[in-house]
Amino acid sequence: MKKSQKRGRVAMPEQPPEVRIDNFDEVPLGYTDEQARTEALRCLQCKTPACCEGCPVQVDIPAFIRLIAEGKVLEAAAKIKESNCLPAACGRVCPQESQCEGLCVLGKKGESVAIGNLERYAAQYASEHAARHGVDRLVTQAPPTGKKVAVVGAGPAGLTVAGDLILQGHDVTVFEAFHKAGGVLIYGIPEFRLPKRIVQEEVDYLAGLGVRFELNHVIGKAISVHELLEKEGFDAVFLGVGAGLPSVMGIPGENLGGVYLANEYLTRVNLMRAYDFPRYDTPIVRGRNVCVIGGGNVAMDAARTARRLGSEQVSIVYRRSMDELPARAEEIHHAQEEGIHFKTLCSPLEYLGNEHGTVKQARCQVMELGEPDDSGRRRPVPVDGEVVTIETDLIIIAIGGNANPIVTKQTEGLALNKQDYIAVDENGATSCPGIWAGGDIVTGSATVILAMGAGRTAAQDIHQYLCNN
Amino acid sequence: MSTVLKKTELVPRIWQIEVEAPRIAEKALPGHFVVVMADAFGERVPLTIADFDRQAGTITLVLMVVGASSLKLSRLREGDEFYAVIGPLGHPSEIRPLERVVMVAGGVGTAPVFPIARAYHQQGAEVVTIQGARSADLLFWTERLASISAEHVITTDDGSAGRKGLVTEPLADVLAADSQKTIGCVYAIGPTPMMKFCAKTTEPFQMPTIVSLNSIMVDGTGMCGGCRVTVGEETLFTCVDGPEFDGHQVDWDSLMSRQKTYHIQEGLAFERIRKEHTNS
Repeated sequence: MKKSQKRGRVAMPEQPPEVRIDNFDEVPLGYTDEQARTEALRCLQCKTPACCEGCPVQVDIPAFIRLIAEGKVLEAAAKIKESNCLPAACGRVCPQESQCEGLCVLGKKGESVAIGNLERYAAQYASEHAARHGVDRLVTQAPPTGKKVAVVGAGPAGLTVAGDLILQGHDVTVFEAFHKAGGVLIYGIPEFRLPKRIVQEEVDYLAGLGVRFELNHVIGKAISVHELLEKEGFDAVFLGVGAGLPSVMGIPGENLGGVYLANEYLTRVNLMRAYDFPRYDTPIVRGRNVCVIGGGNVAMDAARTARRLGSEQVSIVYRRSMDELPARAEEIHHAQEEGIHFKTLCSPLEYLGNEHGTVKQARCQVMELGEPDDSGRRRPVPVDGEVVTIETDLIIIAIGGNANPIVTKQTEGLALNKQDYIAVDENGATSCPGIWAGGDIVTGSATVILAMGAGRTAAQDIHQYLCNN
Repeated sequence: MSTVLKKTELVPRIWQIEVEAPRIAEKALPGHFVVVMADAFGERVPLTIADFDRQAGTITLVLMVVGASSLKLSRLREGDEFYAVIGPLGHPSEIRPLERVVMVAGGVGTAPVFPIARAYHQQGAEVVTIQGARSADLLFWTERLASISAEHVITTDDGSAGRKGLVTEPLADVLAADSQKTIGCVYAIGPTPMMKFCAKTTEPFQMPTIVSLNSIMVDGTGMCGGCRVTVGEETLFTCVDGPEFDGHQVDWDSLMSRQKTYHIQEGLAFERIRKEHTNS
């Protein structure tokens, strides 16, 4: 092993916590060319790379890292784009520690290669330099096939399908309900973790390849899914509409003023730019003592957003312990650095309001960990009689959601599973011929990269289908 | 797309706007709503589709200026484009085979009432309309409503037109006079307090009462949950479960407190937009 490989990973510079809690700018600042090359040289270039197996879209990781090490960064970006149309997003939001980096051989004894950081660097470099080098497309595109594909939902799954099929020469139209494309990358993930400019660049790149974006279209309402095939002349449809129906716990007080579901809170701030009110018209409640219910990435995003909106005290209220938090390690670490409190082993019983119907307190049950449940994690069980009251003026509920009914309930013949998500086979095909689905509307709330993986699988099958029909 | 074709000030602060929206017009039914944005900085505002013309590919929106966003929307000129018009959203009204139906329209609620009343009229029901406003100069679409109503009662708070008082009074009278039990249902659409008190009025008569809620929304497609409302024991979403609900089951006080969430911010934003207008 070379000396360079024994060294720890090159840390990515970040905005210091005391500075960043007052702005919405991105927290990590990116590698310099020198830092990226140094980090890339740590890669062992394994003959049978374990990292690739951890990647849901099968990026050729050693190959792109080698290209960075050789200083061929545009080629590195092109290598990633072959299998991942959203590298700038994935480099920032993928849970690398449980995927590629989690399987990196270097990680067994020391620190794994910073694959996510390098992916982010390559994508950033390409977006800044490609045009200057006269490269407007990093990848080659097949000649037109004359086949038309409709993609419903411009989130990670839909964009992946669009990116894959446009390269195969198909004519792709993406229908998006919102006024901006990007799905959760735009409305859910905050600016400080994934700048919206970067998402727009990825979308613009797809548009440059010929993907058409029809914004402000709710499929299932203005046009039904079957009409896309029968009236609008599409040969195949991919449904990537997201889970999109947030849950409440069903406890008293959840509909008081000052109680948000995380989707609304984040959508107001991210998509509608409520943090820039009144320049933007959409307002947001800025609480002083904020409780975020839940322990996933969405909860961390909501908590860190509340901190930036000037809240004095922000607490994550989670029913298990720190060890079971489902959020990415980096998000938890960043949240802690920013002064977010973690009230673990604590589960809300009810929210109490003031005379105006606005929340003022959360009564919570103290929990302890019992026997492992079906997920293998130790089940939280109430400690008899131990109830705490937390003073709060803003509650953000981030406990996941259910299947959105708009497409699922209005598409005749579309088989659903027990939880009302769309049932698909191993290729993402639904019970209706010509209709595929993938992402959260199939799996329930999951990650960006899993949705992209599902999109990739479905795109391959759609391509086969279009070639045979 | 989404061009303002025609704009008329019906009464002070209430505008009728015809919008080019062929795909929405084709699927629009009474009770549906759209979400609109005036410009890239705008809020997403839900508005009921007050009328639609499939042939012309247009929808009609009626907008009351109450805050920054509605003021901005009201300033779009003929020929301008909305930044976004999304729909049709929500469940359409269920037009049931009823002999007689009472439609209570309060203020700007007159607009969403109209297509539902017309649908009942067209399928042969006898429509009793009770239309209320603060004063005579705020009444609009009275002739439109009268043309499809067997009985059309007007009330104003100050007595400047029709009967002096609130819509709940003639509503109680109509129900009390219905000895033959021919009335199958009451619709009440208007300001939230009006809908609440209509529901309270019909409750002793055990008269099914449908209200159309104007909750605060963002996406309008079930994604954000901002429009949730307690109905009976359940939390439902106005956008995908409504906008029509059983008025006797709605938790009105919770709805009204949620509607006041942005009271202070709305005031600030309104001032800013108003000043911009004055300066320009």
